[in-house]
Amino acid sequence: MYLVQFLVLSSILFCIGVYGVLARRNAVLVLMSIELILNSVNINLIAFGAFNGAAIPAEVFALFIIAVAAAEVGVGLALVLTIYRNRKSIDLHEVDLLKG
Amino acid sequence: MSTFLAAAAEGPTVQAGGWFLENVWIIPAIMAVSFAIILGFGKRMPRGGSEVGIAAVGVCFVLALLTAGQWIGQTNTADACTPETCELIVDDHHDDEDHGEDDHGDEDHGDEDDHDDEDHGEDEGAFAVDPTSGSSDGESAAALSAFVEEGGEGGAAPIAVVSERTWWSNGGIDFTVGTMVDGLTVTLLVVVTLVSLLVHIYSTDYVAGDRRFTHFFAFLSLFTAAMLFFVTSANVLQMIVGWELVGVCSFSLIGHWWEDQDNSDAALKAFLTNRVGDMGLLIGMIILFFASGEQWGIIEINQGAVDGSTSHTMLLIAALCLLAAVMSKSGQFFLHTWLPDAMAGPTPVSALIHAATMVVAGVYLIARLYGVFFEGLSIAGSSINALAVIGAVTTLVGASLAFVQNDIKKVLAYSTISQLGYMTLALGVGAWTAAVFHLTTHAFFKACLFLGAGSVSHAVHSFDMKKDMGGMRKFMPTTYKTFLIGSIALAGLPPLAGFWSKDEILAGTGGWGFFEGESHANGAYTVMLIMGMITAGLTAAYMTRVMYLTFFGEFRGGHHEEHAHTVDAAHAVDTHDAHDSHDAHADHGHHGDPHESGPRILWPLRILAFLAVVAGLMNLPKGFLGLGENITLRFEHFVEPRGALSYFPAISHADPSWSLAIFSTLVVLAAVGVAYYYYFVKVNRQSPAATEMVNGPTERNRLLKAGHTMLVNKYYLDHIYDGGTRVGAAGATAMGTIFGAAAGLTLGFSLDNGLNQDFVPSLIWGIVLGLVVFTIVTTALRTGTGIATFVKRPLAFAANWVHEHIIDGAVDEVGKNSVKAADAVYKYIDQGAIDRSVNAAGRGSQGAGGEMRRWSTGQVQQYGTVMFAGATLLAGLLIIVI
Repeated sequence: MYLVQFLVLSSILFCIGVYGVLARRNAVLVLMSIELILNSVNINLIAFGAFNGAAIPAEVFALFIIAVAAAEVGVGLALVLTIYRNRKSIDLHEVDLLKG
Repeated sequence: MSTFLAAAAEGPTVQAGGWFLENVWIIPAIMAVSFAIILGFGKRMPRGGSEVGIAAVGVCFVLALLTAGQWIGQTNTADACTPETCELIVDDHHDDEDHGEDDHGDEDHGDEDDHDDEDHGEDEGAFAVDPTSGSSDGESAAALSAFVEEGGEGGAAPIAVVSERTWWSNGGIDFTVGTMVDGLTVTLLVVVTLVSLLVHIYSTDYVAGDRRFTHFFAFLSLFTAAMLFFVTSANVLQMIVGWELVGVCSFSLIGHWWEDQDNSDAALKAFLTNRVGDMGLLIGMIILFFASGEQWGIIEINQGAVDGSTSHTMLLIAALCLLAAVMSKSGQFFLHTWLPDAMAGPTPVSALIHAATMVVAGVYLIARLYGVFFEGLSIAGSSINALAVIGAVTTLVGASLAFVQNDIKKVLAYSTISQLGYMTLALGVGAWTAAVFHLTTHAFFKACLFLGAGSVSHAVHSFDMKKDMGGMRKFMPTTYKTFLIGSIALAGLPPLAGFWSKDEILAGTGGWGFFEGESHANGAYTVMLIMGMITAGLTAAYMTRVMYLTFFGEFRGGHHEEHAHTVDAAHAVDTHDAHDSHDAHADHGHHGDPHESGPRILWPLRILAFLAVVAGLMNLPKGFLGLGENITLRFEHFVEPRGALSYFPAISHADPSWSLAIFSTLVVLAAVGVAYYYYFVKVNRQSPAATEMVNGPTERNRLLKAGHTMLVNKYYLDHIYDGGTRVGAAGATAMGTIFGAAAGLTLGFSLDNGLNQDFVPSLIWGIVLGLVVFTIVTTALRTGTGIATFVKRPLAFAANWVHEHIIDGAVDEVGKNSVKAADAVYKYIDQGAIDRSVNAAGRGSQGAGGEMRRWSTGQVQQYGTVMFAGATLLAGLLIIVI
């Protein structure tokens, strides 16, 4: 097992996540893509922690991130729900109230 | 602080100290705070702010009494200082070698002591014995012998308490603020606060219901504060400030009823006349500053004058400049004309101005800077000087003008001028204590007279003695009695206050010795004695006239008041009846009868009358009726700086003379007798309601008539000041005579020192010179059409030409060019540069905004793309750089 394998996995996940965030029109899928990005970071953290032997176990941070991500998804889904109620759509291309 | 400690003093001195003496600044501060409170909140108070003023001035009076008491205590302790207990001082001076260093060391200690005093303020009676004495060559033996001599008279002398703080420093000169307290200061403190307190109480009734009641009391407070600030000044800068403040307050109070054009004119006249003198004050003070080696302190300036380190010429010029200031402020001839006009103010203000504050400031200035005047004018050893001449002429002018006034307050105003002339005369002949003593007694009896006149006018609503008064003693018994006492005190009959102080001045001229063949160290001012004696007679006579016209004869007034009530129809009818039957008028018109004033007016009168009786006992002459030294000359003992102090010139004191006292009393009695015969017998016999004799001496005799006309026109001074449009030949001639004679006399006496020794040749010289000047003046008047047109028209012409062609032209040119310049500025700078750049900035923002607008699509994912692109870019850069 090499560290680089984990890093490659994490990069792939990250890129998929970024693609999802930037390209998908469905807001729920965007939120899911954000979760992918966060998880790629988690993998990174745990991999570095396991291989380099940090003073504090890296899993602690990973757990924190999962908790925060859960909260974030809660808020995000609430937003999506509100948008849907107002617009009958969750297409992000139609949400352009900040258009200059 | 207090560098004077190190200066030479010939006798032993003791540094007085004590909480009240060092913290005397509180007294003016209280009045200033009172002014601010009344001005700010007075109108919302139940009594319109008067209660604040009375409380403040009452506290100040108590503080002034405590300060005076502490000063007296210090003087007594100094008296008890015997050569044994003070031996230390004398011993110090045996050591010639260490003299200078010792002085420095002691001076430093003194500084520390003073600071401690200010901090703790509880070392009353603790003495820092002033270690410095002896002249510069350190003659300790002389100091010792001087001490022993002094010891015979009662120990050492306390020296003034000076508490100073540095205000700011500039160019190595410290500008300080502080207080200086000695006998003169505490005297003025007590007099000012006492008279001000009584005036405050009196005013609550007198100006009750006035529309500017609060304003009136506010300015009474400020007036008192200004005067107290003036008398406690430690340096001449503060004196200037106090002097001007007093002037401003008098302006404001004289013009209290400014809706009337006359009153506002009078206020302006008072202010502007004083400005004339203020120029002299400023110039004089600046000269003193430089002449005394860049010193502002009163003590330092006096010291320089007394020990001869200041140039005599400089002192002379400074003294003459300051004299101009005194002439305007203290109403000395020929700048006195504002003072009678100042009667336009409310009567309590007149009392305050004439008794305690405004006009006394000038006399105080001379007394405070007496070293300058004494040395500058060479008062010692001469027989005439500018100060004495001004004083003597003023007494005579004032007393003579008081004769022809019909307004009771104007009589008193001219009387004040005359009495101020007395004080100036006394200072001019070297009788310092007599002048200050007269200032004190005069404050009491003149305040009494003014407030009495106010009480009468309060009842009859007029000041005109001939039209509206007469027989007032029936209606106002208390006012009558107090006014009578004040009049007798003013006339100078023993044993009332005025007698003692006036007699001391007359004795102080040293002129009496001329008749007895004695010499006087201050010089024999015989002319001054004669003029003072004539004034004493005139004073007694015009006060008899006032007494008759106001309180005796038959009541002539009443119709004024009835006219005021014409709204009431019944009253109007009554009025006509009363006019028809003039004989029964006094019985008939009961509603028009004046009545006695209220207690708030009468009690101040009673107190002042009491003081007018007893104040003279403060300074009984030496050896009077065999009384001991602890009873006689108390005022002199406590007030006059003693012990050959370095800041006070060595004046000598006149010995009291029974013959002089009896002679002056006889003069007064004779004058009273003549006036009594004229008014009480001859005029009264003619008709009880008459005021002057029909076909009296001034109508029968051409010379007397001319004199009367001249007096009625006030020596034509106002005509001349008005610009000469109405100047008559008589007025100009009078001016020519007076100025010619005065100038001639002064020149004649001082041209040749030898002339001073002999009276008769110098008098002849003076008259000859006076006649020469007089001839020149009258010739000029005959050939021309009078000084005014002679000088004024071409001058006015020239001034007008300069004005129209040069000044106006310049101003026009400046104006036109300014317009052009402004146009150019508008066109090129404002429109061209500034506006354009502002517009460009606006347009730029607009364009940039339009461009940026296209980037704000509102698409979150587009923003995200940009953000990730940026992050990637930065990450790439990071990798490349590292």
